Amino acid sequence: MIQIYVSSVIDAGADTVWSRIRDFNALPQWHPAIADSRIENNEPSDRVGCIRHFHTRDGGMIRERLLALSDYDFSCSYEIIESPMGVDNYVATLKLTPVTDGTRCFAEWSAEFDCTEGREAELTQTIGNGVFQSGFDALKRHFERR
Amino acid sequence: MLQRVVRSTIIDAPIERVWAVLRDFNSHDHWHNVVDSSRIEGEERSDQVGCIRSFSLKDGNRIREQLLTLDDHQHKSTYCIVDATVPLIRYVATITLKPVTDGNRTFWHWESTFGTPPGRERELSNMVSQGVYEAGFENLRRHLAVGGDLLVPGSSHMAMPRALPVHSRRIVVAQYGGAEQLVPQDGEAPAPGPGELRIRQRAIGVNYIDVYLRKGWIPQMLAPYGTPGMEAAGTVIDVGEGVHGFMPGDRVAYIGPLPGGYCSVRSVPAAWVVQLPPAVEDASAASMLLKGITADYLLRDLGHVRPGTRLLVHAAAGGVGLLLCGWARSLGARVIGTVSSEEKARTAREHGCEQVIVTRDYRFADGVLRQWPEGAEVIVDGLGEAARQENFVALARCGHWISLGQATGALQPISTDWLAQKSATFSRPVAFDYVATPALMAERAQRLWAVLADGSVKAPPIERWSLDAAARAHERLESRATIGALVLVA
Repeated sequence: MIQIYVSSVIDAGADTVWSRIRDFNALPQWHPAIADSRIENNEPSDRVGCIRHFHTRDGGMIRERLLALSDYDFSCSYEIIESPMGVDNYVATLKLTPVTDGTRCFAEWSAEFDCTEGREAELTQTIGNGVFQSGFDALKRHFERR
Repeated sequence: MLQRVVRSTIIDAPIERVWAVLRDFNSHDHWHNVVDSSRIEGEERSDQVGCIRSFSLKDGNRIREQLLTLDDHQHKSTYCIVDATVPLIRYVATITLKPVTDGNRTFWHWESTFGTPPGRERELSNMVSQGVYEAGFENLRRHLAVGGDLLVPGSSHMAMPRALPVHSRRIVVAQYGGAEQLVPQDGEAPAPGPGELRIRQRAIGVNYIDVYLRKGWIPQMLAPYGTPGMEAAGTVIDVGEGVHGFMPGDRVAYIGPLPGGYCSVRSVPAAWVVQLPPAVEDASAASMLLKGITADYLLRDLGHVRPGTRLLVHAAAGGVGLLLCGWARSLGARVIGTVSSEEKARTAREHGCEQVIVTRDYRFADGVLRQWPEGAEVIVDGLGEAARQENFVALARCGHWISLGQATGALQPISTDWLAQKSATFSRPVAFDYVATPALMAERAQRLWAVLADGSVKAPPIERWSLDAAARAHERLESRATIGALVLVA
């Protein structure tokens, strides 16, 4: 199992940042690498078990199922059902924790998955940097000096 | 009613450094201003789960707390008050650290639950949240900023608690032979000894010497079940006694005269280690440090390469080859490279060769002499026996033949008569003699980072394999398929 962990600090309260990212269908609104998204079967985007069907800006299609959502812990977990990345048993968690010292929060995005040998470093770069860190960078930019 | 206090902050220091202080249950009188003096009861260590710290506060109160949990993996410490002159009832607290990967900083979460006498809830909650936790954040921040966590030599009251072994994944050579003899295994990396650093290795350089050791060509250097690998880059976990100039969290790289690098955690002498500038990534450092230092001493100390020097480089598209071609070119030398394919020839030309000879059976002398009728003044030879005669023919009179490696087989003895025919110089250098002191090592590394940073030398392409796939990496290297450098990622 490969594990990726990326964390950052965003200059806004955890509840504020959470309200921007909590909607499972809202990736295109806040993540620069995502072009469009819809929830399959017309389900509400906060129903645990719903599936989001989205495209990345480079044309890839991904389907992910919402496994867990918590407004108490400011976290959500999801798994990949289909993607062009060649990963199996991929489960990821996105979580915010308030930093009480100032109006900011600690953001963590982690994933665990299997892949063929030798692809670790490439996937760590594509996912850790291209998805997780760039998502955090976009949130940091959005919330800076508000 | 149970009170719950939660406070958190970000400390601008790597998690290893912050944890090194906080995991020591008795360190708080050195950094927390509210604590007057503290000791561990009995003969116990300050990292011993179950130990009790007995301390006084500057306001005169006295407290005894017991360590309940110590977790180096999750950076967590839980403790409770055993008894105290302050009425915090059934007080249990947990400190948790998490890395902020974006910026190599630390998230510190401090929380507790406790009861209080009726009417004193707010007063005592504020005392804990502000007087202990928030003051603690400020105090530790300042303590680290002034380097208060550095060991003072000879000062026993600040001795680091004995650190625990850490899990390490490693590759062993099951028996001398082919690439398939490289087998992954789980093990432990013990705490660093005096003068050593324990490093969480992120990238490990693969060099041809690893292949020689795996084949059993240098048995005194690597016995069966040994671990190959001469260089790596990563982060310092902790340092042994007497080490100065390195702290937990520092990004470092090393090359060493003894193998053992194919693993995820390793303790090495600090004398082998250099700090990495922020612009140099782990994979770049691990793939280039030994090769770059080799290029540096070859060009400066051995080859005396100057503008116009005619340099012949074999395996010009390999890790060392590409660095040599580019660096020699930037010094004004003229370079001919030999490679085994057209694709490699393209890369070698891009890195500075004025001409590249493609040959799979080591025939290049005619090609060299057509371009340089007087021959090559310096030959950097990684080939060995199969190219012996061709090298001799290609060498200029008074030329210098430097035998760096012997991929095609060990060189048979060179006779002095043979050398006399061309007044030739023959060298067989080993990198580690050219970095005999830490200062020399740092100086060569600085020159390498500088030529890479200012673009005068292009970094070779890097091919990455996971640590567990070391056998595949060796297959790739030996099949002559790779261009540039190979790195294992741990």
